[in-house]
Amino acid sequence: MTYIKPKFRHPELPKNDLGYVKSDYEGAISTLCAGCGHDSISAAIVQSCFELSIEPHRLAKLSGIGCSSKTPTYFLSNSHGFNSVHGRMPSIATGANMANRDLIYLGVSGDGDSASIGMGQFVHAIRKNVNMVYIVMNNGCYGLTKGQNSATTDLGGFSKAGGLNHYPAIDLVSLAIEMGATFVGRSFSGDKNQLVPMIKAAIAHQGFALLDVVSPCVTFNNKAESTKSYDYVRAHLEATSTIDYVPEKEEITVSYEAGMSALVEMHDGSVIQLHKLAPNWDPRDRFSAVRRLQKAQANGEVLTGLLYIDPESKDMHELEQTVDVPLNSLREAELCPGSSVLERVNAEFR
Amino acid sequence: MEHLRSVNDLVIRFANVNGTGSASANNMFAKAVFRMGIPVSPKNIFPSNIQGLPTWYEVRINEKGYLGRREGVDVMVCVNPQSLPRDVASVKKGGYFIYDNTKRLHPEYIREDIHYIGVPMTGLTMQHYNEPRQRQLFKNVIYVGALSALLDIEMEVLHGIIADQFRGKEKLIAPNLKALDLGYQHAKNNYACPLEVRLERRDHVKDCILIDGNTACGLGAVYGGATVAPWYPITPSTSLVDAFEKYARKFRIDPETKKKRYAVIQAEDELAAMGMVIGAAWNGARAFTATSGPGVSLMSEFLGLAYFAEIPVVLVNVQRGGPSTGMPTRTQQPDILSSAYASHGDTRHVLLFPSNPKECFEHTAMALDLANRLQTPVIVMSDLDLGMNDHMSPPLSWDDSRKYDMGKVLSADDLEQIEQFGRYLDVDGDGITYRTLPGTHPTKGAFFTRGTSKDEYARYTEAGDAYVRNVDRLLKKFKTSAKLVPPPELYQKKNHSKHGVIFFGTTTYAALEALDLLKEQGLEMDALRLAAYPFNEAVSEFIDEHEKVFVIEQNRDGQMRTLLINELEVFPKKLIPVLNYDGMPITADRIEQLILQSFPEEKMEVHVQNGMN
Ligand SMILES: Cc1ncc(C[n+]2csc(CCOP(=O)(O)OP(=O)(O)O)c2C)c(N)n1
Ligand code: SF4
Ligand SMILES: [Mg+2]
Repeated sequence: MTYIKPKFRHPELPKNDLGYVKSDYEGAISTLCAGCGHDSISAAIVQSCFELSIEPHRLAKLSGIGCSSKTPTYFLSNSHGFNSVHGRMPSIATGANMANRDLIYLGVSGDGDSASIGMGQFVHAIRKNVNMVYIVMNNGCYGLTKGQNSATTDLGGFSKAGGLNHYPAIDLVSLAIEMGATFVGRSFSGDKNQLVPMIKAAIAHQGFALLDVVSPCVTFNNKAESTKSYDYVRAHLEATSTIDYVPEKEEITVSYEAGMSALVEMHDGSVIQLHKLAPNWDPRDRFSAVRRLQKAQANGEVLTGLLYIDPESKDMHELEQTVDVPLNSLREAELCPGSSVLERVNAEFR
Repeated sequence: MEHLRSVNDLVIRFANVNGTGSASANNMFAKAVFRMGIPVSPKNIFPSNIQGLPTWYEVRINEKGYLGRREGVDVMVCVNPQSLPRDVASVKKGGYFIYDNTKRLHPEYIREDIHYIGVPMTGLTMQHYNEPRQRQLFKNVIYVGALSALLDIEMEVLHGIIADQFRGKEKLIAPNLKALDLGYQHAKNNYACPLEVRLERRDHVKDCILIDGNTACGLGAVYGGATVAPWYPITPSTSLVDAFEKYARKFRIDPETKKKRYAVIQAEDELAAMGMVIGAAWNGARAFTATSGPGVSLMSEFLGLAYFAEIPVVLVNVQRGGPSTGMPTRTQQPDILSSAYASHGDTRHVLLFPSNPKECFEHTAMALDLANRLQTPVIVMSDLDLGMNDHMSPPLSWDDSRKYDMGKVLSADDLEQIEQFGRYLDVDGDGITYRTLPGTHPTKGAFFTRGTSKDEYARYTEAGDAYVRNVDRLLKKFKTSAKLVPPPELYQKKNHSKHGVIFFGTTTYAALEALDLLKEQGLEMDALRLAAYPFNEAVSEFIDEHEKVFVIEQNRDGQMRTLLINELEVFPKKLIPVLNYDGMPITADRIEQLILQSFPEEKMEVHVQNGMN
């Protein structure tokens, strides 16, 4: 069952530019386990969309199958949603995006959904640079089918249903950078301060934006040793940088000391402001990102932050050279060559 | 020695090597016959290979207009030493074997009962052309030249075809004409031309065109307004998407920006291709993909999603021999059941069965309307024979006043008028509910599309009664679709025989010819051609009104027969399977034989009965 929240509005609640309050971006009440990391990510999505003043109907949310893929029910109830089949959300999002380039596409997936059954579709959506935000709620296990190991479970990890894991974990961010992703970030469900600006920047990005969000499964994978547990991530979290996201229309007021911050200007004129923590961190350098990730992995750190971005990214519509208006808005006059042309075609076959 | 004798009634077979440029020469031959006003039916018989293996091109020429395949080769043109032994053996007694006699034929291959016509194709090219590639290409044109003399093909017609073919590349015309002449002169000077098997101009082609079904489907998708075409390459469907792209590039470029009003996306597999169609169709674009058996298997899960979530997807299934990789370059109709019931759970999909290129064009365009009207997958069931071979077809036509049917889609204004939008609420009682597209209205009409069970307001539910209401409505919708799909074609105003035949798709050609053959033997039968599934009432009436009904199809298990039995609750014994599944298109002779086998004694009785009518 889905529980619908009562609509109650306090008159003094803060409103965004569109006059919406935050609850206008919420969804049905979550039916996930209490404390599930996925719920925190949903909350961050709500917060980001509210702050960005996104018109809810201009965003489409899509997912596969899993606890994580259920979450689109729990945010943005005024947006169209599509809860598809296991591992196949990327292709549906690709098709949807081809049909209407004017909407924002937010895909939500799990580590099982993306790193196992849907691996093929995941990497191909990256390769095509589909203009979408792709959030993996990564808990290192199959939550919905009761805790089996996933392809992101730690090597040597032990889960309730999966037992000892003999196989190395797939690191989705390294993979994505390798596949040519144009926006790659990692965060932690419990770190709203980092996550919210990152989601906002991902939405502004023109192309495929991957956010791998470590999201503990309190029921099946929250033992302190697991790199996807609350304890572990809190203890080993190393951020490359913290970021602010500044939409185009806002003036950048806070300035940081030279050497401590960097500005990345996006396609649409908005700006990502990085406050560097790691020395010499330049998220536009694919190679150093890969190197730094490998180092972090060797040290058992969970490296978070905006790991890589190509602000010049060309999305699939640009690559395919499709018209500027949505393809779904074209009608007979633009699409049908008509009977006299068909007569000429017939003549070619006589 | 006996000579085969006929005017405008022969089967000619060309034995070539894959990848040597023979295809265009062979097409030139078929087109020349066609331009002489004589009905023609060419078939490519090719291996799943790119270069070096034997391929055949078989052309049936028949002025009565029988376009199905016929067994027996009257004239063989053999330019492939590899297949020569087989090719010699396949010529009918009294027939002609045309070969490259640059080297002498081994005595082993001399048959007493056929006529040998040597044309030194290699020798002539060595003498007259310098480049190796030219020598290879013009060898083919030389045999067309020889055939022109031997069969009496009008030379001006061949010249016209060459002129058309090389428009814009005029300097290629002269060497082609020279090759034609070399072949022509050689035949003329060495053999009594024309042969007893020959051609004569007729006016039987009228305004018909010679086109393959895949091109017609591709054009149908362009005319039908498809904008998103994701696909994954597979024989025999590849050329369909190629055709769509070719014509879209011609007719669908924005004149100002030069950008595309379409997107052809090569997906990573058929799952993704179908997923993209679903995403695009969900978002209000007219989208389609094309595949063959293995692709349909992969798309199964998604077809179930599209059925249950009610998304207007269009799939063209260009069938080939199965199971598994089966006979990838041979034809069959083996996916009737797997398409009709694709996916787990209770599913049924609308199928259309085009039987010629004109219908390929119409059914593809119609499928885009029907899918949107019905909000469900519509599968166009073509096959390799229809898709990849040229067929004589009535010209394609389009009514310029025709509007695209987008089905029941609510606009922002519509939503303003509605109290509460119910995505799966059957307001009209036809089982088809209203949908909204993403981005329509800021606060109304958003809903959650899902493959899980839901109630009328698209809310997830595991309640049994809501589930039953939903799936029963889907069944009602399927019944509605029976009224919207094209009706069967009946070949008689009133039934007048005890027995009937049912066929569909490419079986039609051979079936119609077989009916004539049977009639000559005194066995006259009523006939019905299926154009779609679900079957409408005319189909059950036809079956009810006959004692025996022969179901002619091209698969081992009689899948259409099974579908008819299952859907119409027909007594199984009443439907007699007439099958062919060797990968070659079914012939009239086979149909005739199988039907005659079925009632040896009764034949006379029927004869008498008909004699009295
Ligand atoms: C084709 C198919 N196979 C298997 C399943 C069963 N299944 C549902 S969810 C799931 C795993 C989900 O794991 P993940 O994507 O990590 O999501 P989580 O529940 O952990 O958030 C599986 C195997 C399915 N729905 N479909
Ligand atoms: S099982 Fe795990 S992933 Fe699923 S809802 Fe519960 S805590 Fe979250
Ligand atoms: Mg998981």
